[in-house]
Amino acid sequence: MHKQYILSLLADLIKAFGETFQMVGISLAISIALGIPLGLLLYVTSKNLFWENKALNAVSGFIINVIRSTPFVILLVILLPITQKIIGTTIGPIAASVPLAIAATVFYARLVQASLCEIDRGIIEAALSFGASPMQIIKDVLVPESMPGLLRGLTVTAISLIGYSAMAGIVGGGGVGDLAIRFGYYRYQTDIMFITVAILIVLVQAVQMGGDAIAEKTNKK
Amino acid sequence: MHAVRNADLAIADGEIFGIVGTSGAGKSTLLRTINLLQKPSSGSIIIDGVDITRAKGKDLRNFRLSVGMVFQHFNLLYARTVADNVAFPLHIAGKTKNEIGGRVPELLDLVGLSDKSSVYPSTLSGGQKQRVGIARALANNPKILLCDEPTSALDLETTNALLDLLGDINRKLGITIILISHEMAVVKKICTKVAVMSEGAIVETGNAYDIFAAPVHPFTRQLVEHTLDLELPPRLLKEVKGALVKIVYRGEKAEEPVLSDALRKHSIHFNVLHGKIEYINGKPLGVLLIDTIGNKEEIQKTIDYLKTRVESVEVIHA
Repeated sequence: MHKQYILSLLADLIKAFGETFQMVGISLAISIALGIPLGLLLYVTSKNLFWENKALNAVSGFIINVIRSTPFVILLVILLPITQKIIGTTIGPIAASVPLAIAATVFYARLVQASLCEIDRGIIEAALSFGASPMQIIKDVLVPESMPGLLRGLTVTAISLIGYSAMAGIVGGGGVGDLAIRFGYYRYQTDIMFITVAILIVLVQAVQMGGDAIAEKTNKK
Repeated sequence: MHAVRNADLAIADGEIFGIVGTSGAGKSTLLRTINLLQKPSSGSIIIDGVDITRAKGKDLRNFRLSVGMVFQHFNLLYARTVADNVAFPLHIAGKTKNEIGGRVPELLDLVGLSDKSSVYPSTLSGGQKQRVGIARALANNPKILLCDEPTSALDLETTNALLDLLGDINRKLGITIILISHEMAVVKKICTKVAVMSEGAIVETGNAYDIFAAPVHPFTRQLVEHTLDLELPPRLLKEVKGALVKIVYRGEKAEEPVLSDALRKHSIHFNVLHGKIEYINGKPLGVLLIDTIGNKEEIQKTIDYLKTRVESVEVIHA
């Protein structure tokens, strides 16, 4: 009886972890693919930069702010029709990845923008003076020079995603956080709640330390 | 509002041209106009007979390959090694890996940093960083090297070593160097011609030697006096017995025994209070502050005599 209980708990945990990794992994990949270009767009269209464009900068900034100021739970629900269109269902970790990816992308874009702002403008001026094209500056100056900041931002985004993914349980996304809420909270199984929270703490610690270590390695300043 | 107006400059091939002025005078703006980092609102920039003022896009980038630039704060890429920093403009110019691999060691050798090729800039001293900056600026064999306060972030000794390096490069490669600085001392050391800027306008242009020996504009005079640093302590000024005279010698006249000749011909005494001989482009420029003691008539005669022998005599205090 006791053994069976532990076995079923273990199975639930493994499944939940798989779902969490799936959700966080997919949305993190998308936030890298879209958040970095979006952050770059915000930066290079800002004042005194080579693609300065007030309108584009203001519009993209505004859209990001709208998404960021919407509470994630609401975003999750609002995006249901879109998720249905893209994925074909609104249930499960892959469907939950749609709102997660959108929230993470705009979040990461701001972090990307912030770390780009840390680059000394003189370095960009130097590249311009050597005849670099905007694309060369983006590829050879902006991205490599801000790499430690980009990686730190990615770590922060990944950890936020682990937190957000708990809310994805509401739309049947599953995951560790969802397990903690359903079993630990609704069913008063305090032991499960503690175990899952403990595992989440370890997970967040591991991501933070790993992220810091990689960021430090790329930091040549 | 214009940061710079009416800046008329003609800079010859192979010259080391200095632009001096206080901060905020518009030197940087003027320098940045030459490679169009700053677009002029009117006027034109003509290089080798080609008007590049309206160059855009690819034409502008191609033009910039022929103009190197060195910055006050180095502006190196911190995520790249020294060798990769020097390779950067070559990469921009679309050079092959082989070409880059051959050129980078040459450049590092030129600036004396061959042993630092694989370190990151953050581990270098200021002087070494600027050497990387110079090697990088020279990568694509530019015709012109723009130097924006290249030594202002460096100590005196490093400054001198760097200026010597720039002078060597000018001689070896025949490259035209345009250098801006707020320090006359920097200009004095390597520039052949100088433009003096004040409040966004060029107030005086000429050979470095002439600007030092006979500054015309009040601002230039002030700059030169500041550099020569011939101020007397107030105590000495009070104790001057006769006429305090400033004598300026130029060129070979600085090497003649003018003072002893004057003494032999007139019954007066000299008391030398201050003086120095500066060498600008190897030509001496001497300045002496002398207390001439004797009766009024003799003093006047002596001054008239000196005027025939030296560049200028100025009675500062009688």
